[in-house]
Amino acid sequence: MKRNIVVSILAGLIVIGLLAGMVGCAPTAPPSEAQYPLHDPLVRFRIATTTSLYDTGLWYHLEPIFEELANVEMDIIYAGTGIALEYGRRGDVDAIIVHDRAREDEFIEEGYGINRRNFAYNFFLIAGPDSDPAGIMGSTATEAFEKIYDGGINDPDTVKFVSRGDDSGTHAKEKLIWSQAGFDYEEVRNSGKWYVEAGKGMGPTLLMADEMQSYVLADISTFLAYNLKSGLGIAPVVEEDPIFLNVYAAIAINPERYPKTKIDIANKLINWLISPEVQGIIGTYGEAEYGRSLFFPIAGCDMPGCPPVEDYTLPVPEYTAE
Amino acid sequence: MTELWEGLVTAVKLIISLDPEVMEIAGRSLAISATSSAIAALICLPLGAVISFNNFPGKRTLINIVQTLFSLPTVAVGLFVFVLFSSAGPVGGLGIIFTPTVMVIGQVILISPIMLGLTISALSGVDKAITDTAISLGASGFQMAVTVLREARFAVLAGLIMGFGRAISEVGLSMMVGGNIRGFTRTITTAISLETSKGDLELSLALGIILIALALVINLALNRIQQR
Repeated sequence: MKRNIVVSILAGLIVIGLLAGMVGCAPTAPPSEAQYPLHDPLVRFRIATTTSLYDTGLWYHLEPIFEELANVEMDIIYAGTGIALEYGRRGDVDAIIVHDRAREDEFIEEGYGINRRNFAYNFFLIAGPDSDPAGIMGSTATEAFEKIYDGGINDPDTVKFVSRGDDSGTHAKEKLIWSQAGFDYEEVRNSGKWYVEAGKGMGPTLLMADEMQSYVLADISTFLAYNLKSGLGIAPVVEEDPIFLNVYAAIAINPERYPKTKIDIANKLINWLISPEVQGIIGTYGEAEYGRSLFFPIAGCDMPGCPPVEDYTLPVPEYTAE
Repeated sequence: MTELWEGLVTAVKLIISLDPEVMEIAGRSLAISATSSAIAALICLPLGAVISFNNFPGKRTLINIVQTLFSLPTVAVGLFVFVLFSSAGPVGGLGIIFTPTVMVIGQVILISPIMLGLTISALSGVDKAITDTAISLGASGFQMAVTVLREARFAVLAGLIMGFGRAISEVGLSMMVGGNIRGFTRTITTAISLETSKGDLELSLALGIILIALALVINLALNRIQQR
């Protein structure tokens, strides 16, 4: 009888072990095959993408098309611009999709990235409570930030601002607006409890802003997507300022830094993103669900701050190792 | 409140309909955590027995260290494993960052202290008379270990279940080293985190309920084995 117990413990371990055996086949198990057909030969191509393109479902839409085209298994890692650039610097991904021109330039100058092409754009907006306690309706972005700052200092219980606080592209844009409004960012973030650093992605930050009835800087696509699902109690207050322009870029990781990265596939992806086919998809994506498209094809970008034309019309050259 | 109810309804629907994506994610969570639990158990059961049955200088300190590591933060382990296995890291050449393999490695590091510490305390809890009797009856070291292990089976199994529970419920590590890649490294916890950030609270709640259901099934199964 007692011997049985030892046997039982061992049997338990074996059961765990057998379950463990599943791990090897889990990624190729039949249900997953039905859902995401694996490609043969199995080449894994890995990108890190900014959250807004993922939250809105755009990558869900594009992924299978590119997988079919390039005959690869695409691994998409969801990461804000700050962490996406870090994955790129470490050579952990083959390409990155980001939206912060200044840091992109730095990344390329440092020799980590090549073949940047812009492929889409949209706009940021400032959302806030319907009562608009800081009275920013009708202001420009910088005026609005000044008013929010003044309101927050004077009455921190009614005027609040929730910041991403996570070094993302949206956070970079926020810092840019503060500096254009004549503020020192460090001073702003330490100026009182009205300024809240969420340290979260766009969606959770919007939810926080909703809960706290505060102002928030958001990209329009995540705002719309989140609003549709969760019914936010904050609404866009300031839109249509040239500074709100938000341009998305794809960058390949430099194979001279990291020879194992798949530059050929990265180039293929970049050229595909600027092709008329994908530009068309981007222009209409989300129309049915949200009543307006979430992103604009870069080709129509003709306002101040838009990238030069060759940044999106010129296909990237094939890579040849020296 | 409606979200909780909707979440429950969604969970039941997803389970009944055997939604392929949810089943795949749940299966992967289970497979990864079970693998890391099995590996950790294979390391910790013998090691725990060796530490428990032998007296050596610094034993108390060692046990204290192991117990301190119970509270290893998952994100700290995640960061450590990430820096180690990232392409720019010391063993980046293996190219296993953002794969299930590296998630298993991380989880083994995370749960081993718990399994080891609880095995040691389980074995130490066994009445000294039993070891004495076993030795006086001429038991070898291995036979004695088996006898004590048998006596301490409930507590040992509890330790294994604790370890498994920590592995399947952690999110920081899986997110950081696995990358939450759909169809490859996405687990229940990372999916909850993602769906929440996408604003799909009902699906998140449903996945949470499925995770608890999964843990319940595992515990019932292990308890059945234990009570036989």
